Amino acid sequence: MVKINGTEAAAGGKTISEYLAAADYDIRRVAVERNGEIVPKTQYDEVVIEEDDVIEVVSFVGGG
Amino acid sequence: MPDSKPTKEQMQKALEERHGAELQRRFSSASVAVCGLGGLGSNIAIALARAGVGKLHLIDFDKVDITNLHRQQYTVKQLGMYKTDALKETLQDIAPYMEIIAHTVQITEDNLKEILRDDEIICEAFDKPENKAMLVNGVSENYPEKYIVSASGMAGISSANSIKTRRITKHFYLCGDETSDISNGAGLFSSRVMICAAHQAHAVLRILAGEQEA
Repeated sequence: MVKINGTEAAAGGKTISEYLAAADYDIRRVAVERNGEIVPKTQYDEVVIEEDDVIEVVSFVGGG
Repeated sequence: MPDSKPTKEQMQKALEERHGAELQRRFSSASVAVCGLGGLGSNIAIALARAGVGKLHLIDFDKVDITNLHRQQYTVKQLGMYKTDALKETLQDIAPYMEIIAHTVQITEDNLKEILRDDEIICEAFDKPENKAMLVNGVSENYPEKYIVSASGMAGISSANSIKTRRITKHFYLCGDETSDISNGAGLFSSRVMICAAHQAHAVLRILAGEQEA
């Protein structure tokens, strides 16, 4: 099972882009960590989420 | 104020007495970039200067405005100055022998690789979420061996205790409560922003010390 932000998610087989769109993330505000590495933005359309992937989507909020 | 400032050796000795010689050697040989010199960046830079970091790279395109004074480390005398120039002036009074490189420029996807070439640790201290994400992604992609210490969620008057530091990857640290958004009209309070900035500065020192977050 894929784990995303600590929760099991039925996201296997989707690309990162497809998952982010389905989960309603604003793609301009996120960084995606997959199995310990940041996924380059240019690869969001190509990287397919595999079963057993552990993913964290960091969604930035404003203020500084 | 005394006419003669302390010598480099006197400053170094005072730092070694507080931090220990080995740790101070690591701080003194470090080069850290601070991207954005607002509430986070101005406080991060001052904390790192006091710790005796050898070289700070300050980057911001903006000028000091009256609306900055409630949380950013500038004074009334510095209104209208570029933040790079104003902060450099302040830092030189705190740490006269620290090397300061100041760049008055806006960091973009296209220039970040060139600008951050010589820095080993990069602090993301912007205020807009799109810029935060751009820098974290850009540094991770172009310089996977460099550390990026970012911040998200320090607006509002919620408890100070909810601000935390997390290690997302080996080279990406995130400080803040990760939820409090300025766009919700929560406002920004100097104390809570300083806590988040202190988390970032402390993460930098811990990276230099070889300590790791869980």
